[in-house]
Amino acid sequence: MPPSLEMRNLTKQYGTFTALNALNLKLDGGKCVGFLGPNGAGKTTTLKMLTDMIFPTQGECFINGISVQQDRKRALAEAGVLIESPEIYPSLTPNQALEMVADLRGVPAAERKDRIRSALEEVKMVDWADKRVGRFSKGMKQRINIAAALVHDPSVVVLDEPSTGLDPRGMAEVRAIIRGLKKSQRLIFMSSHILSEVVDVCDDVALIDRGKLLFYDTLANVTSRFSDGHSSIDLSFARAIPPDAVQGRIGTLPGIGSVTLLDPRRLRIKYTGGIETQERLVESVAQMHLGLVSAGESESALEEIYLSQISRGD
Amino acid sequence: MATATGAGLPIRPVSTPDTFQQITKLTRYQLYEYVRSRRFVAMLGIVAIIGAIMTALVGHYRGGLVSSNLAFYGSFWGGGAAFLVVLAAVIFGGDAIAGEFQNKTGYFLMGLPVRRTTIYVGKFFAAFLASVAMLGLYLLILLGNGAFYFGAGALPWQLPVSLLITLVYLAAVLGTTFLFSSLFKTSAYGFALTAVLFLIGFTILQALVVDLVHIEPWMVISYANSSIGNIFNPTVNWGLFGNITTTTTQVGRHSFVTVTTYTAGIAESIVIMLGYLIVTAVGGLYLFEREEFT
Repeated sequence: MPPSLEMRNLTKQYGTFTALNALNLKLDGGKCVGFLGPNGAGKTTTLKMLTDMIFPTQGECFINGISVQQDRKRALAEAGVLIESPEIYPSLTPNQALEMVADLRGVPAAERKDRIRSALEEVKMVDWADKRVGRFSKGMKQRINIAAALVHDPSVVVLDEPSTGLDPRGMAEVRAIIRGLKKSQRLIFMSSHILSEVVDVCDDVALIDRGKLLFYDTLANVTSRFSDGHSSIDLSFARAIPPDAVQGRIGTLPGIGSVTLLDPRRLRIKYTGGIETQERLVESVAQMHLGLVSAGESESALEEIYLSQISRGD
Repeated sequence: MATATGAGLPIRPVSTPDTFQQITKLTRYQLYEYVRSRRFVAMLGIVAIIGAIMTALVGHYRGGLVSSNLAFYGSFWGGGAAFLVVLAAVIFGGDAIAGEFQNKTGYFLMGLPVRRTTIYVGKFFAAFLASVAMLGLYLLILLGNGAFYFGAGALPWQLPVSLLITLVYLAAVLGTTFLFSSLFKTSAYGFALTAVLFLIGFTILQALVVDLVHIEPWMVISYANSSIGNIFNPTVNWGLFGNITTTTTQVGRHSFVTVTTYTAGIAESIVIMLGYLIVTAVGGLYLFEREEFT
């Protein structure tokens, strides 16, 4: 059975304030879903209800089909959770903290040491494995928290702004970890403020504002739907792009809406079509031998959509 | 360049231990956390200082303190154990639940497939065992002194009974401490309320019940804990179910003063303490089950 997360009519009210309003969202399969929204939109509230830290006023959450509200123990068994940058007992070392997590989760004693070592390697904390957590920086603690969420090889991973407190290198490493998790068919549900991070690692995005879900779709469809039917990708080149290539060879490829030179070595292509069109376009540009070195979803396209959708509610 | 392995390890489902196993594991890790904490070392220091003062006092004054082994154990176990119980309960239990919210360590535990009850009970047992370790150290110092003055074999039968009552008292005080700790999200309130209530509050309440209402203060835990020391006192008629003594004294030609003394019995004390434990445990668990990690 593929991993799944479901939020059914999920509502949270604090007095007269509605923090989350009848959220219905079903995610399944191995992929990474970015959960976006401004501060106070209801992202963390959702994730906390998903992990039974707070209780819904109405509705229910399911992890792999098991109700979190009815049976938190079974529901959370296959989930790795990181919510609100938790503190680890300061007297414990990373080895001891992960040993506790693995033991309580039921990781067999024979495998525990290897899994803990793998998790610590994943977050680059092996050298600190036997030092007390109380002396760690915020970023180091966050790495241990990520390791704790992964030590039992979960099928579902729920991450609340996992890059919080990390330096740029740490943030890049977190992205690499998430990409690795995607390879092994895990479902990752990740809230984030960092749009570049979402564009980099997420397949789907859900945007929430003022407790209401504004949309949920694949990243490609979202950029296409909200950009006059066009999707955007940014291409980077090893050398300056010849001016004739921009509007000439590239601009005349089938499906192209517009081509904009962002700087001498980067350009943005707006195109119509889905992921297949994107694949064909990138292949075609690569075959032009212009020095193409990278291609990816346009971060600014998502930013434009984000801002337009959020401001629409103001 | 990010070089995290991100190897895409296969999903390897694990079988979550049953609730009893998880309580045992949680108790072990919490106890380990206590043992490595500064508060444990501080508490060890306090017990060692109390033990040293006690040893010096007995050595210097002797007299009535070592007139009999009952007087000795009554003075030092009966007098000190109840205070140590409150101190240990405040130190190990005062922030047991509130601290999980205040220090955000609760977010670490709450992501695990563990019932809230398991967390509560595991932490309770850990605090209980850490407190027992402190009482154990105090007892060792006491036994050392006892062996020096009366010989190793001169233990009164009252001592193990008093130990049992002390352990039940500890459970009751910790139960109350955990209840207060569940009530607040700030540790200081839990610490303060427990300390004030057990060191002063219940004694005042007991006096009020006896002097104003004129009934046996069976509902006050400080009444029950007097059994810890009373059992060593041959002049106190404690019995199993308590004793009420009324004495009338003539203080003038036509004036009489009647004083009623209530003495908790051993079984009665244990029942009162267990009552406290059950009520506070149910209350604390109820609160913790409904507490939100906002």
